[in-house]
Amino acid sequence: MKKVVKIIDIDCANCANKLEAAIAKIEGVKEVSINFMNEKMIIDIDDNIYDNVVEKINKTKKKLEPDCQIIGL
Amino acid sequence: MKTSTKKLLQIIISAILSVIIVLLEHFLKLNDIIVLILYLIVYIFLSYKIIFKAFRNLFHGEFLDENFLMTIASIGAFVIGEHIEGIVVMLFYQIGELFEAYAVKKSRRDITNLMDIKPQTATKIIDGKEIVTDPMMIAIGDTLVVKVGEKIPLDGKIIKGNTELDTSSLTGEAVPIFVEEGNDVLAGTINIGKVIYLKVTKEYNDSTVAKILDLVENASNRKTKTENFISRFAKYYTPIVVGLAVLLAIVPSIITKDYQTWIYRALSFLVVSCPCALVISVPLSFFSGVGAASKCGILIKGTNYLELLAKANIFVFDKTGTLTKGNFEVEDVYSRENTEEMLKLGWIAEAKSNHPIAKSIVKYVESHLDLDLKDEFAIEEIPGKGIIAKKDNDLILAGNDKLLDMYHIAYQKCSFAGTIIYIVKNKQYYGYFLIKDQLKEDSKEVIDQLNKKNYQTIMLTGDKKEVAEDVSKRLNLSSYQAELLPDGKAKALEALLANKSKKDIVAYFGDGINDAPVLMLADIGISMGNIGSDSAIEASDVVFMYDKLTSIIEAKKIAKKTMRIVYENIIMSLGIKVIVLLLSAFGITNIWLAIFADVGVCILAILNAMRAMKIKK
Repeated sequence: MKKVVKIIDIDCANCANKLEAAIAKIEGVKEVSINFMNEKMIIDIDDNIYDNVVEKINKTKKKLEPDCQIIGL
Repeated sequence: MKTSTKKLLQIIISAILSVIIVLLEHFLKLNDIIVLILYLIVYIFLSYKIIFKAFRNLFHGEFLDENFLMTIASIGAFVIGEHIEGIVVMLFYQIGELFEAYAVKKSRRDITNLMDIKPQTATKIIDGKEIVTDPMMIAIGDTLVVKVGEKIPLDGKIIKGNTELDTSSLTGEAVPIFVEEGNDVLAGTINIGKVIYLKVTKEYNDSTVAKILDLVENASNRKTKTENFISRFAKYYTPIVVGLAVLLAIVPSIITKDYQTWIYRALSFLVVSCPCALVISVPLSFFSGVGAASKCGILIKGTNYLELLAKANIFVFDKTGTLTKGNFEVEDVYSRENTEEMLKLGWIAEAKSNHPIAKSIVKYVESHLDLDLKDEFAIEEIPGKGIIAKKDNDLILAGNDKLLDMYHIAYQKCSFAGTIIYIVKNKQYYGYFLIKDQLKEDSKEVIDQLNKKNYQTIMLTGDKKEVAEDVSKRLNLSSYQAELLPDGKAKALEALLANKSKKDIVAYFGDGINDAPVLMLADIGISMGNIGSDSAIEASDVVFMYDKLTSIIEAKKIAKKTMRIVYENIIMSLGIKVIVLLLSAFGITNIWLAIFADVGVCILAILNAMRAMKIKK
């Protein structure tokens, strides 16, 4: 499922790039693009393991950018 | 207090305290230990958050995090006895961060304010009562009242009243348009006449306004090549600089035994190891460029198209509706003897037809003659040839050469470009009307400007060769292809794309309604002036809201300026960083200059990026 979600309070543009690279590596994430200027993340997640992937994304987020929030995933 | 204000206060207080400590140290000759403790207090007050983040991220395995690098650089400075340097590093680093956050916030706000078309409220009528609500809450079929001076909140149909609408924010058209019962109206236009009532036909999220705003706000979702390059670059930059810093701290120290000097130089490396300036300024420039364009009524669907627009050098145009107005006018009349009689015959034949060419003849005749004709002729239209009018024994022919050949009429064939309608009565040739499609007012100017830059200008049309040649000559186009079948335009463009060199970028201009496939095929598909049409917005990469060809000149200017700013930023930030690294390695400069250069270049790059939003009028 392809989704556009809000992602706020990322520290910097480079942090957004790092987070994007880390999320892209998660199994079940087909495509991801984080846009720092728009505070948006476009993500395509494998439907079959959706919840599992979301959990992994949150873990990655907590590790790399604990202050940021992903809304609507 | 806002976080940013708090942070600013923290920076100012720390700066003042540091100066006081320096003065105290100088005049009171304080004990070194006391000075160190005072500095440490200021240092911790200033940077406890960064140090906290640094260690938190370190535990997560992120040791190339910029918080960590800055912490190491400043603590390192303390360790080798350069207390002030330690504080300065943190001070400037935070000033840079604060400025960056401010700039990003400001641009985000600016881009949403750029287009003042978003309706804030809608007034719904329920049982005769007016209820003011959010446009999002309105459903299809609801009745709304729009008072004078208000924005139409949703797309709808007028069910009561008539008024004038100011559509300039959507179409750029300064003259208000008159609308009455039964007319469709677009959200975002302003009622400047009388109160109207309308029935909503689309939900807010499907309305033109919502689509435009969505398009502008999400333009930078697709990343440009330059952006991707920069993020890849940033990935390697930090580890390389940090690696060099470690080498610089260890190798020469062991050889020369002068630890102090080399560790100091290595700390300068850490200070410039963050790719901040580069990473933020590039997307910020594109973001600002898209904002500037939308202010001019140019909607760009993705920042990557801004990059392409700057490079576009082959411009392909549809004819009707793009280069020409698509309305026909009589350009010339020739009659062998009696002009008045010939005009009358033309009028008799054409008066009942709805064909645009017939209408142009009727309009012309009526503006030149006072007609008092009551003759009832029987009219027969022959598609692609013309019209035959019959009454008793009279037979009038009004049509092209094919019609005259069909009746074996002797006449002088004329070879002017345009559509020629010959007039014949009872086998006798009277003369002809020469009809032309009018060029748009700005076509010539735009093509001239494009030609001046040696860009190719090509026209694709389904129209006759003579007409295409005439338009092409009048506008001085590089080339044209005429008499294309409906799928011919796509094939012609495909051939063009297949034969172009790799550097060439093809932009195609169409109305977005009939030529969606061609729009999608081109490197950049541009639709013009059909802002109400969904297919136009969907099929094209760039939408000119205003029905003006001059928008391409503006778009090109904005795109080029944005790209120039992007390159300036890349070269400036990289250049300064490399210079600082070299100077630090040879000990020509110090940490002060390194942090100053690093933050300074970041601020300069951001200011430069924000310049892309400004438009010279």
